[in-house]
Amino acid sequence: MGCNAERVAGVLRAGAETVAEHKAELIDLDRAIGDADHGENLDRGFAAVLAALDAGVPETPGAVLKVAATTLISKVGGAAGPLYGTAFLRAATKLGDVSELDGAAVAAGLRAALDGVVARGKAEVGDATMVDALEPAVEAAERTHSDGGDVAAVLSAAADAAKEGADSTVPLTARKGRASYLGERSVGHADPGATSTALLLRSFAEAAR
Amino acid sequence: MSGDLVGLVIVSHSGRLADGVAEVAAQMAPDVTVKPAGGLPDGGIGTDFEAVLAAVTEAAAAAGVVVLYDLGSAQMTAEMAVESLPEPETVVVVDAPLVEGAIAAAVSAQGGGDRGAVAAAARAAAGRSEVADTAEAPGSGDTVGAGPESGAQPEPGARAEITLDNEVGLHARPAALLARSIADVDADVRISLGDTDADARSVFSLMSLTARKGDTVVVTATGTQAEDAVARITALADRNFDE
Ligand SMILES: Nc1ncnc2c1ncn2[C@@H]1O[C@H](COP(=O)(O)OP(=O)(O)OP(=O)(O)O)[C@@H](O)[C@H]1O
Ligand SMILES: [Mg+2]
Repeated sequence: MGCNAERVAGVLRAGAETVAEHKAELIDLDRAIGDADHGENLDRGFAAVLAALDAGVPETPGAVLKVAATTLISKVGGAAGPLYGTAFLRAATKLGDVSELDGAAVAAGLRAALDGVVARGKAEVGDATMVDALEPAVEAAERTHSDGGDVAAVLSAAADAAKEGADSTVPLTARKGRASYLGERSVGHADPGATSTALLLRSFAEAAR
Repeated sequence: MSGDLVGLVIVSHSGRLADGVAEVAAQMAPDVTVKPAGGLPDGGIGTDFEAVLAAVTEAAAAAGVVVLYDLGSAQMTAEMAVESLPEPETVVVVDAPLVEGAIAAAVSAQGGGDRGAVAAAARAAAGRSEVADTAEAPGSGDTVGAGPESGAQPEPGARAEITLDNEVGLHARPAALLARSIADVDADVRISLGDTDADARSVFSLMSLTARKGDTVVVTATGTQAEDAVARITALADRNFDE
């Protein structure tokens, strides 16, 4: 089954729905080690993505992701804006103007997204950020693709690994972003950005099935 | 005029903080364009990509723009905005203490410093108030953040003793004038009073000397334009800092 622009738009709409559903949870996570705005920030951004897609879905998957990127960059208003914005923008650039995605394209897009987040925020695995979810997700996506997995399988493996990665941030001391000001006191809490990454990938995987 | 001087942008999570820092910096640099970009469009806390982009565009000058920010995520927003410009290389996003850095940058820009010099002035504002405690002899060795040179060759130097005759000594305005007078000079310039010394490009560092009327300070300069630097400062003091 091909994954065309309309399908990618559907995947993003599912992401927006998930963010809205989990808004309070993300706010609570961010209240513990940050400024209690991650859920608010993401919801503002994804609501605007929905509105942009309602106004018209572009022709290619890459162009759809680019709309999401520019919308998130201008609407999110917190660290998640430049980070997710860069992620979607790099993925969009990587996909170019292909009209349908396969497992290989999705894995490559995720890899480009990760590279973008790392270039923007300079975080590594273990710093207790969204990178802790995204990096294992990309690795799982690449493995699944080389085992012959399709788009849904690749995204599903990525989502599982991201969830595990997000959980792995609980015992960590945050070393990037606002939470890093708490030092040791950030131990014992899941990172909000890692959690939202896992939630988004889960919703993408389900919508791509 | 503003086209010849580097422009400044202050990016903050708070609109009031950005406005306040811009206000304080602009006071030291009447001809420099200083644009604040703080907070979200609805007045909430955060950084707004569009507002940052607009501020950088408004501050744009032939000489370029230097952007200062408060917290890490403001840096990411600022860098994204700069990358989206047609000529990103004309803008420097600098890691510096926001308030001291903005003032040091404003003074450097007012003095005609290029964007590299303005950015360096902002960076060098970090921890300047502690410089006064250094045990090192003035002018010896490398000064942290003052310049990229690592002097393998002995550099030309110059020195002068100046007795302050003006009423307020090296208080804010004279200190700003002094820093501004050497903004575009290629030399590392230190001013010392007793055992404490200060980077002459840092208004804060100069003020922390608390040199008063009647005190004798020593000016030491190293670098290709060391003599020029000392001459400018001596001339300024001879004019009683235009008081
Ligand atoms: N340098 C970074 N690299 C990677 N991820 C980061 C970095 N800084 C922050 N994050 C991620 O962003 C999440 C917080 O996003 P949020 O939208 O709450 O922004 P914020 O930190 O509150 O931003 P701001 O300080 O601008 O308000 C963190 O949980 C973390 O996953
Ligand atoms: Mg937050």
